[in-house]
Amino acid sequence: MTMTQEGSLAVRLEAVTHRYGQILALNSVSLELCGGTTGFVGPDGVGKSTLLALIAGARRILQGSVEVLGGDMASRRHRNVVQPRIAYMPQGLGKNLYMDLTVAENLHFFGRLFGQGAKERRRRIDSLLKSTGLDPFPDRRVGTLSGGMKQKLGLCCALIHDPDLLILDEPTTGVDPLSRRQFWELIGRIRAERPGIAVLIATAYMNEAEAFDNLAVINDGMVLATGTSAEIKQRQGVDSLEEAYISLLPEEKRRSHHKLEIPPPPLHEGVPAIKAERLTRRFGDFTAVDGVSFEIPRGEIFGFLGSNGCGKTTTMKMLTGLLPPTEGEARLFGERTRSYGIEQRKRVGYMSQSFSLYGELTVRQNLMLHARLFHLPGDRQKTRVAELMERFDLSHYADALSGDLPLGVRQRISLAVAVLHEPEILILDEPTSGVDPVARDGFWELLIDLSRNQGVTIFISTHFMTEAERCDRVSLMHAGKVLASDRPAALAEARGTETLEDAFIAYLEEATDEMETAGSAGDGEGVSLVRENAGHAGARQSWLSPRRIGAYSLRESMEILRDPIRLAFALGGTILLMLVFGFGISFDVENLTYAAFDRDKTSESRRYLEDFAGSRYFDERPPIASYADMDRRLKSGEITMALEIPPNYGKDLLGGRHPTVAAWIDGSMPFRAETVRGYVDGLHNSYSRDFVARELGEETATLPADIESRYRYNQDFRSVNAIVPAVIVILLIFIPAILMALGVVREKELGSITNLYVTPVSPLEFLLGKQLPYIAIGMASFLLMTAFAITIFGIDLKGSFLALSFGAFLYVLATTGIGQLVSSFTSTQIAALFGTAIGTMVPTVLFSGMMQPVSSLAGGAVVIGKVYPAGYFMTICVGTFTKALGFVELTDEFLYLALFFPVLTLISVMLLKKQER
Amino acid sequence: MDSVKNIFHLGVKELFSLRRDPVLLALMVWSFSLSVYTAATGMTHDLHNASIAVVDEDRSQLSRRIIDAFLPPFFQQPQEITYGEIDRGMDSGDYTFVLVFPPRFEADVLAGRRPALQVNIDATAMMQAGIGEGYVSRIISQEVRRYLGYEREAETRPAVLEARYAFNPNVESPWFTSVMQMVNSVTMLSIVLTGAALIREREHGTIEHLLVMPLTPFEIMMAKVWANALVILVGAALCLGLIIEMLLQVPVAGSRSLFFAGLTLYLFFATALGIFLATLARSMPQFGLLFMLVALPMMLLSGGETPIESQPEWLQAVMQAVPSTHFVAFSQAILFRNAGLDVVWPQFALVAGMGALFFTFAAFRFRAAIAVMQS
Repeated sequence: MTMTQEGSLAVRLEAVTHRYGQILALNSVSLELCGGTTGFVGPDGVGKSTLLALIAGARRILQGSVEVLGGDMASRRHRNVVQPRIAYMPQGLGKNLYMDLTVAENLHFFGRLFGQGAKERRRRIDSLLKSTGLDPFPDRRVGTLSGGMKQKLGLCCALIHDPDLLILDEPTTGVDPLSRRQFWELIGRIRAERPGIAVLIATAYMNEAEAFDNLAVINDGMVLATGTSAEIKQRQGVDSLEEAYISLLPEEKRRSHHKLEIPPPPLHEGVPAIKAERLTRRFGDFTAVDGVSFEIPRGEIFGFLGSNGCGKTTTMKMLTGLLPPTEGEARLFGERTRSYGIEQRKRVGYMSQSFSLYGELTVRQNLMLHARLFHLPGDRQKTRVAELMERFDLSHYADALSGDLPLGVRQRISLAVAVLHEPEILILDEPTSGVDPVARDGFWELLIDLSRNQGVTIFISTHFMTEAERCDRVSLMHAGKVLASDRPAALAEARGTETLEDAFIAYLEEATDEMETAGSAGDGEGVSLVRENAGHAGARQSWLSPRRIGAYSLRESMEILRDPIRLAFALGGTILLMLVFGFGISFDVENLTYAAFDRDKTSESRRYLEDFAGSRYFDERPPIASYADMDRRLKSGEITMALEIPPNYGKDLLGGRHPTVAAWIDGSMPFRAETVRGYVDGLHNSYSRDFVARELGEETATLPADIESRYRYNQDFRSVNAIVPAVIVILLIFIPAILMALGVVREKELGSITNLYVTPVSPLEFLLGKQLPYIAIGMASFLLMTAFAITIFGIDLKGSFLALSFGAFLYVLATTGIGQLVSSFTSTQIAALFGTAIGTMVPTVLFSGMMQPVSSLAGGAVVIGKVYPAGYFMTICVGTFTKALGFVELTDEFLYLALFFPVLTLISVMLLKKQER
Repeated sequence: MDSVKNIFHLGVKELFSLRRDPVLLALMVWSFSLSVYTAATGMTHDLHNASIAVVDEDRSQLSRRIIDAFLPPFFQQPQEITYGEIDRGMDSGDYTFVLVFPPRFEADVLAGRRPALQVNIDATAMMQAGIGEGYVSRIISQEVRRYLGYEREAETRPAVLEARYAFNPNVESPWFTSVMQMVNSVTMLSIVLTGAALIREREHGTIEHLLVMPLTPFEIMMAKVWANALVILVGAALCLGLIIEMLLQVPVAGSRSLFFAGLTLYLFFATALGIFLATLARSMPQFGLLFMLVALPMMLLSGGETPIESQPEWLQAVMQAVPSTHFVAFSQAILFRNAGLDVVWPQFALVAGMGALFFTFAAFRFRAAIAVMQS
């Protein structure tokens, strides 16, 4: 299995096997690749991406050996040496790019990762943008670019460091044919300028693969054949690569396959099934669909051809009534589509792009649910479902969870669901993307049967030319407009081209001249894409590069600034929660409602009650009339305390018979009840003293000693004085930790973490770089909260502000570190969010001195309090605010707090994988 | 009739989906079991294990007696320190209370000179300081009185005060914290479960799928509401029966069925709030952040954590407009104070009325939002 080409051996794989859990992705693959372009051909899910990721060093090698550019990729040292020479573009449009950053910002970010200075970056970026035709758009946000432009930018980012090995994973999937052609022209020019460069490309488009120097045909984790395209075709004795691919498949897969026969479309007179008139849809300033008109007679298969994001899906949503058009109208069978047109929906079947099934239901459950929702009569439901399972070959999977099934099967289930209610129109949005050619042909057989034998009108969108050619008529769509519609052959004829693809490109070229010159590769002619290889920026630079840390910090800051919800949470959340917690958590028990049940009604009993009425703690309600009244009012919570004065109170009192006053305190909130008890005791005591002084005329002490209670640090005993500093402690752990955890896990979820795997950035640089902006946010919230504490809550900062700030800094280092730690073992943002929220809130509130002083904790709680940073900062924060403390008194706390940052960072770095599994 | 069937079938689908979501199930189990248990046992609102130090410059029988009266579980063993150590000890939070007996304290008491016994309290330990002060002075008075030979309080007072705690005679805080934690869990879960169910449909693209079927947005929303509300009702019932009553031995005073009737009314509001937040957020993480900003204040300020009357008046007025306040109020009334419908009907009416209003609003918002949802 040797492929020879000029140049030295670039990649050698030996018996590489890779598994994801139970699933075998690669089955003992051995290959040797030299320079030139090598294509890896096969549909989705056969192992192409895994193979490329292993070669790029993005995935950990489980079994077998992978040698790249003369060394073993299992060795970390070798990866560090060769990574600056490899460029990797993962699958998905702009997967490793940052959508919230502009074109130039993305390029600068990658330049910095490879250690380039400002001047060098600018020079390289200028020439890359020019040669790819992206130069008019350096300040456009990547998220708003078309698929083709994103891929070109991805290529620019890959080329910024002059790699010797370029690895492209499905770079043109979902891209319009013109951009696709331009993309391959670019690759061709790079090859011409740097003959030594080796390019590995995975693709699902067979016609593209024809142009590569070498091919490796892959299916089910195995290499079926290698060689040039001509060799493979010759060996199999067929004319096209697609046929060759099918003939290479194992027998049982191929068996069901036979060449598609498409009978001519039937002629239907009368009202067209679908009619669109100047359909337009705008989202804000952006026009997604711009004046689209077409007419589809009954029984026709109508194709909608265009790149990702050209408006196909939006048009289809308007046809189904999912989306109201901004202008124009759509008619189905002459009837205008409306949102919520229930009757109309029964005539239409729709299959959305993502094969939207309930993955958590079984196949049968999915079908039954839809049968019920379409109100099929009870006895019909079961028979119809059985019928469909038979016809779509699903019986075998009836009780399997849909989510666990392969793509091709899910696609068949989706179609079964869409036709379950026997609709007259089927609207299918890219129903075959990612499915292998055999399954795709099988799917088309079903469609042809529906159209020709049952008269169903089919509206199908696709970006595969081979599929478009099978349609009765097609519309070519680009940037929201229909460029042309006719029979595929007629379109090619009209432009005088051989294939539909060439015709499409011709239409596109004509259209882009009018619209925008975006991405015409032409203007870049002559500008060199790759530079003289001036030696890679050093075999391996320092292990801690401020430039790479800065690259991540800068990028993270820009992203946060452009994400309104995260930013609002960071600053607005701090303010809101501070107000809520500050005012809400209060241990001041005041305005307590009470009512008196005066059964004596003498001047003496009224005098007793006067003390209560005058107290600032109590708030008097109308007197109680009876025990039943007392009971009811205590139960409803209207009063917190009832004060019962017995009959003959006055007489007994004066007679020295010690009458008993009863206080009924609502015990349902124990803390409040005990506080009330204290107040009642106090009022009773002072009444007693006054009585003795008044009646007996002597200054008798009730107790022969005075108890002098001194509330230290908080003389008025106001709750806010203690709570607000504690709230600062809570929020400085809660918000920075959550944001930090989200920041890291977000990259995992969106896929840009790949840049950590395949560029020279080290885990420490990655973490530190991402941490810096959050430390800044944390310090900003700290200052904001301190200002709030002083102004709005009116708390004096008695101690040293400098000590407080320094403590806050050490604390934020620790709390963002906790965020990193959480992020290293969570894989989804939502898990990181709730994990961090619960994980920080509980120990901070329970074990750090917020509710109970640390000195009262016992057992395990003490240990948690000690190994958790909040307790130390609680002492610093409460100490500086209320106890007038400074650096000297708090030395121990500072020392402990300073330990957290290095320890947490060390653990996080060890847990952060530099490769994906 | 068809509409009711649709709502039923879609709701059954919601239950299946939830069954396959281990994260949400785990969150639910946790919030109805462990979190209630730890809230009840971990965070006591009583005086417990308070740290106390004494500076005894008298060293008499009386001072000894008073010191020995500070006993667990309320107090730790008092630490003897010197006068100079007070500041350092209190600054670092080692002691919440420090008693200072002056020299000749006992002699002065016996001579009727009313010496002053200083009690220093760290007033930054709000909860302990407030309750603890009462305990400390009661203990001191009692010991001094006993030492002087008075046996009963009545002998020194013209009138006797008999304070009784209604509904919770021993003011045990787990009674309160466990039930209130369950109430908070209900609020949290109804928002999270319903909101997540909607966002999950949007992320998987299945919401569009529903919308091209003969279903109205109202049916889709109702299905989510009933299915998730049912799950939460069952969870809350198990939590009340197994965790709170059996494990924590909290006696529930009132009618459980009345409580669950009220809870059902509240769930309409809470699940509608989940739907509403999910229409505002574009992704699961954004939903999570929004949740924090909305649910935390609701849980904290509704009267389930600290008394609502200690809030500033403007905040109390705002909280009156939030159904969770009334939910907490009637939960306390029914479960702690055995209140009947005759007592809690105003809160029921408020919860139902505000819930219906918000539910309608959320339904309109849902209808408008899914029309322009782009996935």
